[in-house]
Amino acid sequence: MWETVIGLEVHVELSTKTKIFCGCSTAFGAKPNTQCCPVCMGLPGALPIFNGEVLRYATMAAIAFNCEISKTSVFDRKNYFYPDLPKAYQISQLYFPIGKNGKVPIKVGDTEKVIRIHEMHMEEDAGKLIHSEYDNETYPDYNRCGVPLIEIVSEPDFRSSAEVIAYLQKIKSICEYLGISDCKMQEGSMRVDINLSVRKKGEETFGTRTETKNINSFRAIEHAIEHESARQIDAIESGERIIQQTRHWNEDKRSSYAMRSKENAQDYRYFPEPDLLPLVVTDEYIESVRASLPEMAESRKQRFMSDYALSDYDASLLTASLHTAELFEKTLSKINMPKEIANWIIVPLQKLLNERGKTLDDVSLDPDNFAEVISKVTSGKINRASGMEILEAMVEAGGKIDVDGYIKEHSMEAIDDDGLIVDTVRKIVGANPASVAEYKGGKTKVLGFFVGQVMKELKGKANPAKVNEAILKELSK
Amino acid sequence: MDITKYTALEIGQMIKDKKLTVRDAVLSVCEKIEKTDGKINAYIRVEKEKALIKADEIQKKIDEGTLTSPLAGVPIAIKDNICTKGTETTCASKILGGFIPPYNATAIEKIEDAGMIVIGKTNMDEFAMGSTSETSYYGAVKNPWNTDKVPGGSSGGSAAAVASAEAVCALGSDTGGSIRQPASYCGVTGFKPTYGTVSRYGLIAYASSLDQIGPLAKDVSDCAALLDIIAGHDNHDATSSDREYPSFLASLDGDIKGKKIGVPRQWFEKGLDPDVKKAVLCVADTLKSLGAEIVDVDLDFIDYVIPTYYIIATAEASSNLSRFDGVKYGYRAQNVNSVDDLFSKTRSEGFGKEVQKRILLGTFVLSSGYYDAYYRKALKMKRMIVEGFENAYKKCDVLLCPAAPTTAPKIGESLKDSMKMYLSDVYTVSVNLAGLPGLTVPCGFDGDGMPIGAQLIGPQYSDADVLNVGYAYQSHTDYHKHTKEV
Repeated sequence: MWETVIGLEVHVELSTKTKIFCGCSTAFGAKPNTQCCPVCMGLPGALPIFNGEVLRYATMAAIAFNCEISKTSVFDRKNYFYPDLPKAYQISQLYFPIGKNGKVPIKVGDTEKVIRIHEMHMEEDAGKLIHSEYDNETYPDYNRCGVPLIEIVSEPDFRSSAEVIAYLQKIKSICEYLGISDCKMQEGSMRVDINLSVRKKGEETFGTRTETKNINSFRAIEHAIEHESARQIDAIESGERIIQQTRHWNEDKRSSYAMRSKENAQDYRYFPEPDLLPLVVTDEYIESVRASLPEMAESRKQRFMSDYALSDYDASLLTASLHTAELFEKTLSKINMPKEIANWIIVPLQKLLNERGKTLDDVSLDPDNFAEVISKVTSGKINRASGMEILEAMVEAGGKIDVDGYIKEHSMEAIDDDGLIVDTVRKIVGANPASVAEYKGGKTKVLGFFVGQVMKELKGKANPAKVNEAILKELSK
Repeated sequence: MDITKYTALEIGQMIKDKKLTVRDAVLSVCEKIEKTDGKINAYIRVEKEKALIKADEIQKKIDEGTLTSPLAGVPIAIKDNICTKGTETTCASKILGGFIPPYNATAIEKIEDAGMIVIGKTNMDEFAMGSTSETSYYGAVKNPWNTDKVPGGSSGGSAAAVASAEAVCALGSDTGGSIRQPASYCGVTGFKPTYGTVSRYGLIAYASSLDQIGPLAKDVSDCAALLDIIAGHDNHDATSSDREYPSFLASLDGDIKGKKIGVPRQWFEKGLDPDVKKAVLCVADTLKSLGAEIVDVDLDFIDYVIPTYYIIATAEASSNLSRFDGVKYGYRAQNVNSVDDLFSKTRSEGFGKEVQKRILLGTFVLSSGYYDAYYRKALKMKRMIVEGFENAYKKCDVLLCPAAPTTAPKIGESLKDSMKMYLSDVYTVSVNLAGLPGLTVPCGFDGDGMPIGAQLIGPQYSDADVLNVGYAYQSHTDYHKHTKEV
């Protein structure tokens, strides 16, 4: 009888080569404070210069999220003190964001739903604080300062964690297809804050909401939503009032604690950034960005169905993530067996990845390698079980191995020697006259028995097509 | 050779003509500083050694003929809120003690490319917040005309250095009159260019939408020559204009026949010292005698300029100065027990009283619930001031008014009554709010022998016109040539 109401604030790091207001690199994982300059470190006197590539990426996103695009958008300063924020203000957009009133359709099971986007704006990222165990001090790393972000603020349209996950996967997929972000939650290139309240089913007004931060994986999102929803219901049922507050999620402990309440909420004192001019985008600009958009998931799915005769189900699964779709098409360019490749991706590969809690973001499977394994199986060079084993080894090795070497090392070559196969077939057929009689009497099922016996004799490595052929030939004598 | 009585252009010419070496020019200025600055306190830091090394490099280039600027080899003093690579830059604040910028402001790059020699960093009101140059952590600057009096501010060190011949010329910055008002108090020529003419990159911001770097010098020609060097588009400053500028110096022809000089009568009423009023109205007579036409104009926003300015300037300042938190550079408070404690102790100990007052005011006007009542309303008022000027310029080419309502007050007087100090900006702040060019030229002395300055204000990008009116005036008067031996 309780209903959970959720709205999301999603930060997505844009993968432009350089930062939003200076020329420093945005590459992840560099040594601390090696990718910064007077501008992104906020040194006295330094001034921001807007990177036009960020506008292009943000415009692509705004179009993909079906937003209205502001012809004039303005940067504002969001003021607060924190050691990872060297200017003590973040350049963001409050009053005139680049995108407003968007819509993102999602699908949970067979139910379709549209999530409304309140607004989408551009802003700069802050740095990171690194706590040193060595001397128990905290050091700022400003490499991430000024990395461009878009923040996508949804309306409170979610009613379950499944809807939230479906939406986030959709956002991730869209950003990947656009090539504007890799959306890796673990690396922080996609960050999600959850605004959640509960109310009795059928009620019109919203309950008091909390905001939960520090959620670093899809799994943690599910846990945090379940936990916060239960916490609020418990509180209300035991007569307490929900306090509007910001909570910090701890995935290890599967619990959250209150960081600050509304009473001592920060007053960010937003005002227009005087160091930057308002951004004016023309209709021509928007149209040129629209025209340059890459093929998105839905149209690729339609193309897969029409060009490769794949089912709606297969095509949906293959196009849900850009990495999967790309693997499919790249493999297809090597071996023209769409259904076979689709089956390999959808069943064994997906299973191997799931078992490891990974996706194709983490394991970039080499399409040449993948095609090699599939064609070796379909041509009978190795059997299907060996193929699966090699695929597993590939996943373990991070996407690529020496297939021929592996086959040799594990003696997986199918026995292709016609003489040996024919000799073995003759031996088995000769040793089982009763079964031969059954076959000749019309019981063709015994064929399987002969194949099994031959395979057993040849330790499972014989080319099955050749074995079949040889048995039929022998029996027809 | 004592070069201190010559203008920057004259010194540049002497160097070009091999009548003077760059080294001797530097030594002469340094000698004057050593002799005089104990009484004036115009400099926070004099970089004699660096200047001498630079002088030899520049001399070589001049001899090779690779430097052609008319000011090549001329020493210049720089206000201490303009970043100089490798030289401590403090904004006259304790909180920036020890901050050595790893980069040059664009204006400094241009000054150095032209072959000018940075001689030192001049004293100022802390973070350019003040009209007297008394709020400096490094002590008050004295007016060379009377050391009991203030030099004005916030570029008081630059103005006093030029007035006392401790500098040939200087760069200052002007957010609400910080070049024009001290120029007036010290009897020198000072120019605030149109907003966007000179890059702000490397100018430590007070109020970003109002700040502009400009020259202080012995006369209009020197100002124009300096502006030729520092003006121009900069890819590091989004608010810098991408116009092409003709040579300001070359456009000085002194011909102002038919120019319409507007006199805003409302600006000559209450609160204006009679000596100042008389001297400035005399300027109108002189310009008329040179062929200009004097017209009355209506500028009725004068009562609103001070509140509008102090809301916008302090709002931006409260944000601009937030970065001084003790984490990255400059002063850091000791014995703190949390990050918040570090921030608040560092800022309480590192900023002076006037700066703290303005940060608090700016924080207040931006805070939730007050933004509409103050900041948004001030932005509206700013718009009306812009329109007021636009209407005035339908009737005239350049406006004439005082640079300040009085001559320099006594040291200590203004700090006792900050309202009075704020009101002394009444003739200058609207120029920043509208982003216009404004020039101060010396135009007389009061009964105590203190200099008076007249202000000429033009429409946006009429910098060359404004300078030319000042040039015409100086071609027929000698107030700018008066000096006072300290």
